[in-house]
Amino acid sequence: MEEKPKVIVSSRSRRADAASKEFAFSQSDVRAGTLTEYRQRAWQAYTRAAMPSASDEAWRRTDLRHLPANVFTLPKAGAFEDLPPVREDLLRPLADGQHGGQIILLPGGSTVELDEKLAAQGVIFTDLKTAEEKHPDLVAKMIGRTVNPEEGKFAALAGSLAQHGVVLYVPKNVQVEEPLHSILWGPGSFAHISHLIVLVDEGASVTYVHEAASPDEPGTDTMHAGLVEIQVLQGASLKFVELQSWGKHVWNFSHERIRVERDGQLDWIFGAIGSRLTKNFSELDLAGQGAQGRMSGFYFTDGSQHLDHDTQQNHLAPNTTSDLLFKGALKGKSRSVWQGMIYVAPGAQKTDGYQANRNLVLSDQSRADSIPGLEILADDVRCTHGATVGKLEQEPLFYLKSRGIPQAEAEKLVVEGFFDPIFQRIPFEGVRERFQEYIAAKMSE
Amino acid sequence: MSELVIKNLHVSIENKEILKGLDLTIKQGEVHAIMGPNGTGKSTLAYTLMGHPNYTVTEGEVWFKGQNILELEADERSRAGIFLAFQYPVAIPGVTVANFLRSAINARRRADNPEDKGIAIPEFRKMLKDKMSMLKMDSAFAGRYLNDGFSGGEKKRAEILQMAALKPEIAILDETDSGLDIDALRIVSEGVNALSGPDLGVLVITHYQRLLNYIKPQFVHIMMGGRIVESGGPELALHLEEHGYDWVREKYDGVPEG
Ligand SMILES: Nc1ncnc2c1ncn2[C@@H]1O[C@H](COP(=O)(O)OP(=O)(O)O)[C@@H](O)[C@H]1O
Ligand SMILES: [Mg+2]
Repeated sequence: MEEKPKVIVSSRSRRADAASKEFAFSQSDVRAGTLTEYRQRAWQAYTRAAMPSASDEAWRRTDLRHLPANVFTLPKAGAFEDLPPVREDLLRPLADGQHGGQIILLPGGSTVELDEKLAAQGVIFTDLKTAEEKHPDLVAKMIGRTVNPEEGKFAALAGSLAQHGVVLYVPKNVQVEEPLHSILWGPGSFAHISHLIVLVDEGASVTYVHEAASPDEPGTDTMHAGLVEIQVLQGASLKFVELQSWGKHVWNFSHERIRVERDGQLDWIFGAIGSRLTKNFSELDLAGQGAQGRMSGFYFTDGSQHLDHDTQQNHLAPNTTSDLLFKGALKGKSRSVWQGMIYVAPGAQKTDGYQANRNLVLSDQSRADSIPGLEILADDVRCTHGATVGKLEQEPLFYLKSRGIPQAEAEKLVVEGFFDPIFQRIPFEGVRERFQEYIAAKMSE
Repeated sequence: MSELVIKNLHVSIENKEILKGLDLTIKQGEVHAIMGPNGTGKSTLAYTLMGHPNYTVTEGEVWFKGQNILELEADERSRAGIFLAFQYPVAIPGVTVANFLRSAINARRRADNPEDKGIAIPEFRKMLKDKMSMLKMDSAFAGRYLNDGFSGGEKKRAEILQMAALKPEIAILDETDSGLDIDALRIVSEGVNALSGPDLGVLVITHYQRLLNYIKPQFVHIMMGGRIVESGGPELALHLEEHGYDWVREKYDGVPEG
């Protein structure tokens, strides 16, 4: 990659006075049930929090003034019946015709499948409503544990109004071999609000793939707000693959945090190709000694898409290791923002933290902002970071062309190659191929 | 039979003229060598023939199969049957040798027939395995990212592997011997020799005679100051080995340019 020092242009001047619109949700939208206390607290936080604006540091580069907040409504039960059905390719099994379980979250409905063997071992993998009814004590213990609804307007909104979600519990020392898969399908003119809650108990292990998607419905106003709360307890291991291919009209917001306890292991993979605008906060808390977390991400934007990923690697205990690599490519007039922070708490000695963001800018009108950061309050640590924004280079393209490969295909190969090291971390060929196809389609547009 | 005919080729890079009227004809089945000191324009010739965008042709023509290939893009030249083994092969991170070669083969097939579905995987695997064993390459090589972290010898072997897979009619080998130890040199040369025959014309570019002990040219040309100044048979290379380039410099230095 031709690497250039990053250039950050801040253009406060473009912020006019026009304020964002307000949401039209009301307290009656808060679902009653076993989580009333949590939800009411979140609702209070929501009513107190102002709509983020350019004067909030985290939102400086992502403009919400065009968010038509006042038009969003929540889907009623059964709303999916009149909407485009979930795309077939999303439903294909992840591995060898077999998954341990699959959940499909639809507007106003859901379907749940779980291997009986896993259920017999005490694995819970179900939609949020069912979990609230059947396992109220467990859910009460899992919810609100890693993301505080006070963290922001959208965190509070999602906490109070989540219509659906996934609850995954893997009991102590249970090794789930087959992957679990959930799909959030969000067609129509709605606010889709989701809450994923995962607890991998001591010594357990699991691979979980969550995909959010919707059809392209130009002219439709659709929003998603989500929370992801995950705990990986002592000696447990989680591979979490999170992919979004939202339609290009969707406003997408999420707050996510995974806490890893002593000697726990996390492999967290993000893929983002959709949405009109995304603002995503993803945090890793390495809370116990020897905890390890790897965060890998890819994004490919085109048209006028705007994707903003805020990542945070918090080393809260000694001997913890984090490793982040986000790679993005941009076409058209699209824009990406990656803002990353490694935080090392006082006393978190012998930590090893790494973060890198690489961007490939494929058009003159697209722009990638890449902003690494370190905040280190311990002295015996190793933390490094790197951020680059580059263009396609001539020499590799000429080399490929000299072998008979036409320009457009040569560019596609170089871009695929750029993403390949991240793609190789997705353990399912079918999913990998699907995203390779999405990227190929964007390349050939 | 195809031939590559270079006529009065003038090439500039960044407005500096490097090739100053070069003439050369290479027929399928022939092996030519161009020898010349560093900086004389040998790689410029190779890149220009392949169509590198940094080299500007200011005068001259290059004919191949009835067309002036200077009008073609690099990929079209390749599909027409011209191959360049690079002096400095370029790394393509994230693209495996196998994936790359399959793309190159399929690009050829699709150019012939837009409906083509691409080479069948078993057929491709077998072809790759055969060519790799000819070049004494470990099969794991196919899964490595192309030229990424390859040693000098691995890069040159990978160039010949590509040549074997793409079956050109005219192959230009630019300093394919540089950076090779004797064993690697032998393997690479044997590979080239195995590919030569009536269907392949070869242009070997080198500034050492060493390679020519393995790949025997019928025609040897000396290049200096951007043009070919002497042509002869294999004895010319031996003469150069014995006497160096000084006599050539003396003979041709001060020859008016242009
Ligand atoms: N990319 C380039 N930019 C500027 N000058 C170049 C470039 N490539 C080659 N040259 C110049 O062109 C001349 C010929 O170079 P080259 O063709 O590489 O010679 P050779 O292969 O015979 O050693 C040299 O003087 C070299 O400095
Ligand atoms: Mg050279």
